[in-house]
Amino acid sequence: MNTAIYGLLFVVLAPLFGGLLAGVDRRVSARMQSRIGPPLLQPFYDVGKLLQKTTRQVNPVAGPLLLGHVVFMAATGALLLGGTDLIFVAFVFALAALFLVLAAGSANSPYSFTGAERELIVLLASEPFFILMMAGVCKVSGVSTFGDVLAYPQWVAPQLPGILIAFLIVATIKLRKSPFDISTSHHPHQELVSGLTTDMSGRLLAYVEVAHWYESAILCAFMVLLFNRSWPIGLVAFGIAYALEVLVDNSTSRAKWQLVLRSTWAATLVLCGGNVLALFVIGR
Amino acid sequence: MSLFSRSPWILHYDGSSCNGCDIEVLACLTPLYDVERFGVINTGNPKHADIFLVTGSVNERNIDIIQNLYNQMPEPKVVVAVGACACSGGIFARAYNIQGGIDKVIPVDVYVPGCAARPESIIDGVVQGIAALEEKRKKRAS
Repeated sequence: MNTAIYGLLFVVLAPLFGGLLAGVDRRVSARMQSRIGPPLLQPFYDVGKLLQKTTRQVNPVAGPLLLGHVVFMAATGALLLGGTDLIFVAFVFALAALFLVLAAGSANSPYSFTGAERELIVLLASEPFFILMMAGVCKVSGVSTFGDVLAYPQWVAPQLPGILIAFLIVATIKLRKSPFDISTSHHPHQELVSGLTTDMSGRLLAYVEVAHWYESAILCAFMVLLFNRSWPIGLVAFGIAYALEVLVDNSTSRAKWQLVLRSTWAATLVLCGGNVLALFVIGR
Repeated sequence: MSLFSRSPWILHYDGSSCNGCDIEVLACLTPLYDVERFGVINTGNPKHADIFLVTGSVNERNIDIIQNLYNQMPEPKVVVAVGACACSGGIFARAYNIQGGIDKVIPVDVYVPGCAARPESIIDGVVQGIAALEEKRKKRAS
């Protein structure tokens, strides 16, 4: 029963964590550009304002789809902390992302549609990593739920160096950071207007933001999973990884989709595949 | 202070400006003025924007574009006309292809004078725009 409470706690607390993280991110980014930057709670002000704006739906199906996006993102975290099988969690995570693609594709704006296509490409690029990561963690620990991996008496991270490095590359996609933010086309670089979210306004855009907060919290939970013996060390590791992402975000320009797909797949195949293969070969 | 005044997102459109005002608008985003301190974001997407910042005057070619952008912005929204040209047509007012200021085609809430308008006065115009935005929100809520 205890694990179900952790799942519920995630649903309640993850948006607070993700929103604060986004606030810190914007402030740190501003400092890197010698600006002062917005208040720490700016992401919450933004979402609060979006909820007060008029919502215009180009296609009435976008609302339910985006609600599904938020619900399944929250469910991914809840299932992970609630003690569901790790591989299953990876698949629900992919499903949640798919809702966003469908919502963006449902609008007939070419920008939104191109954003949806690019999001499918980055999903294609990132998904194999999460499945291999879960497989690696399960292989090392011999158990397949979040709680059991955390209770496992040895560190899993030292046996998964390839997966740790590849995590940094895939997190760039999932955290929507340059050079891999090809689908969202964020504020300072707008070659696709706003990519995926071009046709989303008011409440719908607020859903996307909140879902992204959940997504950041899920990635943090994945990092804790890799540093299973001590969750504070997992949090610190996530903090370091996030700081690196912000640095890369501020110092690179957006890549083409071919480069995103090739580099992510190469990293997944060589680093993760090699890592998992080595575990099976040495483990025998 | 309501959430609208903490998070005004701006859409910037250049009508037939000489680019003087546009450079000053962009200067507001640089480290010297850093309007992101007040939650301002230059979105580039009318569907995300709260404040429509227009520089330059209206000509025959951009009437539809200005109206289209304005109509795509969800309520509540305000329009800030930046610079002499956007306010009245400026030195181009009597040119054969110029209609005049932005208020010829869409309702303008705040006029920011200047040729080119200084970043300080643009920021001041946006602040007044936020006050107008707040009024519109209250009117809508009641």
